Amino acid sequence: MTAAVEFLKVSRHFGTVKAVESVDLTVAEGEFFAMLGPSGSGKTTCLRLISGFEKPTAGTIRIFGTNAGNVPPNRRNVNTVFQDYALFPHMTVRENVGYGPMVRGVDRRTRNARADEMLALVKLEGYGDRKPSELSGGQRQRVALARALVNEPRVLLLDEPLGALDLKLREAMQEELKALQQRLGITFVFVTHDQGEALSMADRIAVFSEGRIAQIGTPSEIYHKPRSRFVADFVGSSNILPPAVAKVLGGAEAWTSLRPEAVRLVPWDRSPIRGSVRDVRFLGAGNRVSVILPQGEIAALVPAGLPVPKQGDSVGIVLAPNALHAMEDP
Amino acid sequence: MSGAATAPAPARPATLPDRGPGDRLSGLFWRRPRLLLILLVAPPLLWLGVVYLGSLAALLLQSFYSIDEFSGLIQREFTLKTYAELLRPANLDIILRTVAMAGAVTLAAAAIAFPIAYFAARYARGRWKALFYLGVMLPLWSSYLVKVYAWKLILAKEGIITWAAEGVGASAILNAVLALPVVGGNSLSTSYVGTWLVFLYVWLPYMILPMQASLERVPVAMLEASADLGASRGQTFRTVVLPLAMPGIIAGSIFTFSLTLGDYIIPQIVGTSARFIGQAVYQLQGTAGNVPLAAAFAVVPILIMLVYLGIARRKGAFDAL
Repeated sequence: MTAAVEFLKVSRHFGTVKAVESVDLTVAEGEFFAMLGPSGSGKTTCLRLISGFEKPTAGTIRIFGTNAGNVPPNRRNVNTVFQDYALFPHMTVRENVGYGPMVRGVDRRTRNARADEMLALVKLEGYGDRKPSELSGGQRQRVALARALVNEPRVLLLDEPLGALDLKLREAMQEELKALQQRLGITFVFVTHDQGEALSMADRIAVFSEGRIAQIGTPSEIYHKPRSRFVADFVGSSNILPPAVAKVLGGAEAWTSLRPEAVRLVPWDRSPIRGSVRDVRFLGAGNRVSVILPQGEIAALVPAGLPVPKQGDSVGIVLAPNALHAMEDP
Repeated sequence: MSGAATAPAPARPATLPDRGPGDRLSGLFWRRPRLLLILLVAPPLLWLGVVYLGSLAALLLQSFYSIDEFSGLIQREFTLKTYAELLRPANLDIILRTVAMAGAVTLAAAAIAFPIAYFAARYARGRWKALFYLGVMLPLWSSYLVKVYAWKLILAKEGIITWAAEGVGASAILNAVLALPVVGGNSLSTSYVGTWLVFLYVWLPYMILPMQASLERVPVAMLEASADLGASRGQTFRTVVLPLAMPGIIAGSIFTFSLTLGDYIIPQIVGTSARFIGQAVYQLQGTAGNVPLAAAFAVVPILIMLVYLGIARRKGAFDAL
């Protein structure tokens, strides 16, 4: 099967800034692929390389096997949901969604029908005659989605599409996007700086750091087996243990990641590893407890319902089996 | 805690006393925000309301008076006689000539201004942007009369354009332009083409600046979204850039159109002896002493602008505002 998107040693430099540096990646057809990283890590530039708004300084980009190097954005069967949606303010919602068919010469009646169909898909029936300015943020987001899907692209690019929404709406949209992707079977490439979003939605994740890919893998791989300190630190709230501490806790003498939820607190006389509680933070679903050991500090997640120690208490520490993950690339 | 050893710090006050009239004044404005607003808008409102609208009303009133043909005295009685006089062929010619000129100037100004404004809004940064503003504004620094007289020399039969056309062997083109019926003439400086060129030059900045401001407000993402959805550059221009820039284009065209409608100096210095509305107003209220007809003539541009804005509004030119 040909890959939906393929990067071969792709670089994009802006003057002396290496926004993307020698990136190799493959997105399979029908995959929900997330590009995760802090701002300035090159993930958005990679997205723009796929849509054609940036040209690679070096390397080859293939979209379904076709070399896309010299194909302008409007000749690529790839559509984008822009970060701020970029809806046309002077057009109605229906005209916005029907814009793709319109520039392809589809007659008004057919494209209006298509637009209404797409609006129904994103649950915005009856909003066709409104202007984008009359919609809420979440509704605009849906219009942008409908507009990008109307041309039936082979790859849909989403640039931080949920960034401007509040938490509740964001969670609802995550589920909906995922369901939509599964229903349509279109390849989604999704840029985000929110690791929770990437982990919960994507089939695979590429973690970007300084223009390069730090790690590619399934959410579970990225979460449980980070390759480097950067990935462990960026994807969630792992303990990153220096070699000496890892050894004390029974691991190899290497930089090691340890999920807080794999750390169990027991009365101090039940474990050879002991420390004192420095700080307790309430997180809703549990409490995050910082424990100072002689060798350093580690965080434990105590699920709600279990007894929570107080600041200054002495506690013992027990680790779940295989909790320590020695990172290959410190 | 070791703090017990140190002396307790004196309690800092939660509010600070006024330091003088400045603080008292800003306190007053804070308590009564309306007051500040009123103080800010009252002078311009008085200026606009009383001076501008007042004189406009006086003008309108004058246009409904008439002049006694024998005594030359103004009869202060309501009549439409003066407006009927506007429809006499000679006067109607003046109006049509002026409107045609204003339309031609506006269209050409829009066509020339757009690429300049687009470049400035989309690509010019830093030093280039400063250069753009300087280039557009610089002509406004020198006197209008100086510029018009300079143009008379440039366009004259022995002027630089004739000379340059001969130099590059383009005399035939120049002669062809001058040979055009109606708009041509003996030389550029005595033809409608010359008047049009000078109008175009003098009013161009008033078209570029609002256009540039409106183009600057079109986000790049909007153009990218259009291309992303399959539009060619031409389609993006027609369906996205132009509609979004339309308020600026209309604003610019209001300037060029109304300034041309009202001007009486340029057609006096450059062009044929045929009169424009501005000249008619100037002569009627001055030498001819026919203030009512001058007023009626002056109402014409106002009506034309109202009609123009009405059409622009109906066409959706302000939808993107």
